[in-house]
Amino acid sequence: MNKKAIAAAVSAAALAATLAGCSGGADAASAGSNTTNCTNKIVHADAPKVSVWAWYPNMATVVDNFNNSHTDVQVCWTVAGQGGPEYAKFQTAIQAGKGAPDVIMLEADQLTGFELQNALVDLSKYGAGDVKKNFSAGSWKDVSQGHSVYAIPVDGGPMAMIYRKDVLDKYGIKPPTTWAEYETAAQKVKDAGGPAFGDLGSNVPAALTALMAQKGAVPFTYDLADQKNISIHLDSQPAKDVLNYWAGLVKKGLVATQDQFTTDYISGMIGGKYATYISAAWAPGYLTGSGVGKGNEKGTFAAAPLPQWDPSNPVSVNWGGSTFAVTSQAGDQKLAAEVAKGLYADDASLTDGWKTQTIFPLNQNVLKSDAFTNNAVDFFGGQTANKDIYIPAENAYKGFNYSPFSVYYYAQLQAETVKINAGKVSGDEAATELQGIMVNYAKSQGFTVN
Amino acid sequence: MAVHGSTVTSLPHTSTPDKVNPPPPPERRIRSRSDRMNARRARTGWLFIAPFGVVFVAFLLAPLAYALYLSLFTKGLATGTRFSGLENYLHAFSDPQFLKGVWFVVRFSLVLIPVQMAVSLAAALVLDHLTTRLARFSRLMIFLPYAVPAVIGALMWGFLYSPTFGPLEQLFSLFHASAPFLLSQDNVFYGLLNVVTWQWAGYYMIIIYAALQGIDPTLYEAAKIDGASERQVAFRIKIPLVSSALVLILIFALIGTLQFFSEPQILGPVANGSITPDFTPNIYAFNLAFGYAQFNYASAISFSLGIVVFIAVYIFMFATRKKGSNLS
Repeated sequence: MNKKAIAAAVSAAALAATLAGCSGGADAASAGSNTTNCTNKIVHADAPKVSVWAWYPNMATVVDNFNNSHTDVQVCWTVAGQGGPEYAKFQTAIQAGKGAPDVIMLEADQLTGFELQNALVDLSKYGAGDVKKNFSAGSWKDVSQGHSVYAIPVDGGPMAMIYRKDVLDKYGIKPPTTWAEYETAAQKVKDAGGPAFGDLGSNVPAALTALMAQKGAVPFTYDLADQKNISIHLDSQPAKDVLNYWAGLVKKGLVATQDQFTTDYISGMIGGKYATYISAAWAPGYLTGSGVGKGNEKGTFAAAPLPQWDPSNPVSVNWGGSTFAVTSQAGDQKLAAEVAKGLYADDASLTDGWKTQTIFPLNQNVLKSDAFTNNAVDFFGGQTANKDIYIPAENAYKGFNYSPFSVYYYAQLQAETVKINAGKVSGDEAATELQGIMVNYAKSQGFTVN
Repeated sequence: MAVHGSTVTSLPHTSTPDKVNPPPPPERRIRSRSDRMNARRARTGWLFIAPFGVVFVAFLLAPLAYALYLSLFTKGLATGTRFSGLENYLHAFSDPQFLKGVWFVVRFSLVLIPVQMAVSLAAALVLDHLTTRLARFSRLMIFLPYAVPAVIGALMWGFLYSPTFGPLEQLFSLFHASAPFLLSQDNVFYGLLNVVTWQWAGYYMIIIYAALQGIDPTLYEAAKIDGASERQVAFRIKIPLVSSALVLILIFALIGTLQFFSEPQILGPVANGSITPDFTPNIYAFNLAFGYAQFNYASAISFSLGIVVFIAVYIFMFATRKKGSNLS
């Protein structure tokens, strides 16, 4: 045998071994979950592990709290991306039939879509009912379908108006309580040469949907028990009214059109480029994490209730809010359900969460606790924002009916918002286009649209 | 081993004329010995190809076959999977979102490729003409953007284009004007054009430069003796002689641009929504699969894009064919 042949054979064999090694590794991890690469430290190495994907900024503390207090189970935590990127990985794992974690953090608006794909486990058979009493009716409705429960709520997103006290004071404006007042105030600030009063970012379609719901729009009606039927009403009058209102603000140059959570937006927040920020209770945590409200800006922010359409009949809406769900790929579903119920449910973690304002806790024990209620919120210059604004907003929240294709819907609403921001369509036209696109999509996915 | 005969004859060390067309051997003994030798050579050849072959099959052919298989089925969120044949393809070529993406990349190619060619050809001709130290330094500098990974390059441009942090804004504010946002809906085409040209022109410049270096200098001497000016040398000798390198670049650029993905995907989050989920066919396929759970349709979109690329490249090769060239 000549040398060339030997060399070739050796290299081929080596390569084959390498490839086999790759697939071997993947097989080993396919038993439900990957619990070898944890971001956190495992305290009790002998206990069975449950893998978790989550992106809460204070998750490291939460996981340590859980692992330190449990000898029978340990959490192996990974950040698989924040929002969209995590859902994309989960979607891929569902398609592949392996690679999903045991427990996954999902926003409430994503649940229906994954439930429909049978990717989540009904937790009612694993004692989800035991923790129902900890949550308000509205937040429990968001995670339930009939008698089935597909996730345990952690964090809510009651919406309010965050504003720059210094900017409003400078122009002699009181925080507007209705949307009509909001527009008047915006005009006043603009006429005086002030900054944009607010912002219509195209990348926060969930917030815009919540604002449409505030006026009474019911974009989707869908019940998992009746899988094939869906109602879509994106071109209803309330939806059009809200889109027209914001399109009008943009047209008059009263609000900015910058995408939110970007570096440009954050720097604008710091520099006082936006007088108000229509946002959820968890927003301050993300803003402080990016350096907003520090140094000279300390205490310049305050919160006020969300402006209303009809002040005699106020409506409370929610943006975001997240949950822990158990995936159908979980190796031990019962154990995973215990983790979903217990993770981020202990006092120490919840306190850390609300103190840093990275979550708005939905656990009633916290909502009713004296410490939480009377907390003088640092970011809002010592304002008791929980008691005055967020707790009433959360208590008034009635739940929302999400579509099973939130990712697609949000992408389309984003595209329409971009058109509104560019002045290419009116609110009416955007609503009509959106309705057409979503009805077509639902039909192409095999739904009957009513 | 007879099946492998063609491979053996195409190996360089066996392609002497008598092996390509072996004359009928006079004696049986000789033939059997050469057969054995051929068989052993074939085995060695296959072993050498094996490392590549394994990777090729595992990471290209197998995924392709699987995607093709997927694309022949349809699954709606509310329905089960069913075999649908070519339905997904018919749908793709009547899907306005896909066609919009295709139209964008075609338009983008039509503008980008001539710009890139002009920039890289001009740079190569200048650098070929100069032999100073500055030329070597410039060559490196022009090539450098290609050495920056596409993702990092795109991130960097995201900051350069930023209306808050970018140098454009600072420049315009000197004149009390506000800078145009180069990723806005109306400008994003040019914003991306700039990023891609910056990224690739240096690489193409190197290819052309290498081809220029391969030209026999006696041709220039002959041209000079015949009274040709530098300009004439460049246009009448250099460019025609590097035309095959130019064709190669064109094909690279065409395929790359039709599959446009990384730069818009990275710049998407800072583009205020002007880079939509159906911006280019590849981005559309990505979002269909991983955002909307439509793996079957995403596979069909990917293959449809493959068809578009194939047609475009074929048209191009047909248009640039030379008589007697193997490109036609």
